[in-house]
Amino acid sequence: MKSKLFAALLLMVMAVSGSPAAAQDHHELTVFAAASLTDAFSEIGDAFSIANPDVSVIFNFGGSSTLAAQLGQGAPADLFASANVSQMQAAEDAGRISGTEVTFATNRLVLIVPADNPANILSLHDLATPGIKLVLAAPAVPVRDYTDAMLDKLAADPYYGADYRAAVLANLVSEEDNVRQVTAKVALGEADAGIVYRSDVTRDIADEVIALAIADDLNTVATYPIAITDDASEPEAAQAFVDFVLADAGQDILVKWGLTSIRIPDCTANASADASADAPADATAEALPSATCQPDLLAIATPAA
Amino acid sequence: MIKLPFAFGRLVSWRPGRWLAVIAGCFALLFLIVPIAVLIVRAISTGAWREMPDVGIVQAVLLSLITTLITTVITLLFGTPLAYLFARRQFPLRRTLNLLLELPIVLPPAVAGLALLVTFGRRGALGDVLALFGVSLPFTTAAVVVAQTFVSAPFYIRSAQVGFAGVPREIEDAARVDGAAGWAVLRYVTLPLASRALAAGLVLSWARALGEFGATILFAGSLQGRTQTMPLLIYNVLERNLDAAIWAGVILVGMALLALLVSQRLRGEDIPG
Repeated sequence: MKSKLFAALLLMVMAVSGSPAAAQDHHELTVFAAASLTDAFSEIGDAFSIANPDVSVIFNFGGSSTLAAQLGQGAPADLFASANVSQMQAAEDAGRISGTEVTFATNRLVLIVPADNPANILSLHDLATPGIKLVLAAPAVPVRDYTDAMLDKLAADPYYGADYRAAVLANLVSEEDNVRQVTAKVALGEADAGIVYRSDVTRDIADEVIALAIADDLNTVATYPIAITDDASEPEAAQAFVDFVLADAGQDILVKWGLTSIRIPDCTANASADASADAPADATAEALPSATCQPDLLAIATPAA
Repeated sequence: MIKLPFAFGRLVSWRPGRWLAVIAGCFALLFLIVPIAVLIVRAISTGAWREMPDVGIVQAVLLSLITTLITTVITLLFGTPLAYLFARRQFPLRRTLNLLLELPIVLPPAVAGLALLVTFGRRGALGDVLALFGVSLPFTTAAVVVAQTFVSAPFYIRSAQVGFAGVPREIEDAARVDGAAGWAVLRYVTLPLASRALAAGLVLSWARALGEFGATILFAGSLQGRTQTMPLLIYNVLERNLDAAIWAGVILVGMALLALLVSQRLRGEDIPG
């Protein structure tokens, strides 16, 4: 009995140690990406793998602050795509970013409520109504930073009043670890309202939530940088992935999932009307600032500080 | 069957086999002890205790203590009769029910949280009934207690069952012969004799409630002072202030160690000195 067990173990060890030789010309690219990119990047990953059959892309989606903390503790990754500049900076401060960070997309905040809208919330103003259950992301999660900035802006507006911010935060019932958890709590109907990105209102939950657009002058534009890590095991594949995200193929997918392209201006703005029919909920499709369409891609590269 | 060129079986009983066992055992020991030791050393070396009040550790400790205390009292009040029934009475489906009762012990906490949400959530199966009484559980401190009780009570119930089963029937019968009524037998004979097992089980279930994370974050959410218990605080603060998270972790290590020591004492498993 013992000898059989031993033999089985030995065979297992041999089987495990024998496998890597077969996978020599196959590359695995590990991408840490903000939770709000889950759908867009999954699709970009598939498209990238079709274009580059020898590369498979593995994603780790989470709150950018969680990902930056993981990188700071030495988590192996080739690329980091953050939902704001400060968490990219945190990863850089931890010595995990070597290359130049490139802004590849922007995003906007929306107010979401469950489809049956139990607290009858019709505008940002209603968030101050005592007793509603508001769910936000935890401090340091990018969407929360953007939300706080927006609340500051609103509190400065006499229509909302100086007490607005405190009144809204008094309704806070939970601080979630990433933006998708906020979306989930609202889609489940447990929370009365949440503030997430436009891109979080995906087709999967479009029937469960109502997204209320936030006017441009009150909104905060979320900026998404991507960068290669200091010890990328696949630097060439990583660069190819960044190029793919910045190219039309990648940008189109980002737009399809409700993010805003960094092509200036966004030439798919017209196309986004029909794209939004099958991706984000219609209520969130806002008109983009009008400008003449220049189809050339213009990547806004910000040098590493 | 695979035919082996020589007998592997002899290796283990052979002297080098014994060494192999010692080496493997040492690896296992180090693996289990070193991470906790590193946590404590790191907490002391960084001197991060000054950060504690800033991130709400005090509030989290208080919340953890209050919720686990309530959880423990509820477990004691409702778990004890249940354990007694299962240990002493025969009834249909007893074995099956007992199995279901112990399921939360091995169930992933995330599953427990999900189950609680679809049962007691606002849109859950009992959500409308609770709403009639003006109760909405999710995101409240009560939800924390519900989550903790759900995952920790089975630990106590199991231990209490063993305790009750271990009380000799003859002693109870003797008490009855001496004229003790049913309640008096329970009060003066059964409960005192089973008390060590009850207390040991209660301490263990308290420790499990203290460490509850998955079900709480799903069902109760996370908000400082209301639903953010110690484990949730660690998860939440980790990305902003690692040192503070480590300190909160060390406090939990201390509490868990205390619970384990008390529980071992109660069971009479004194550590050989």
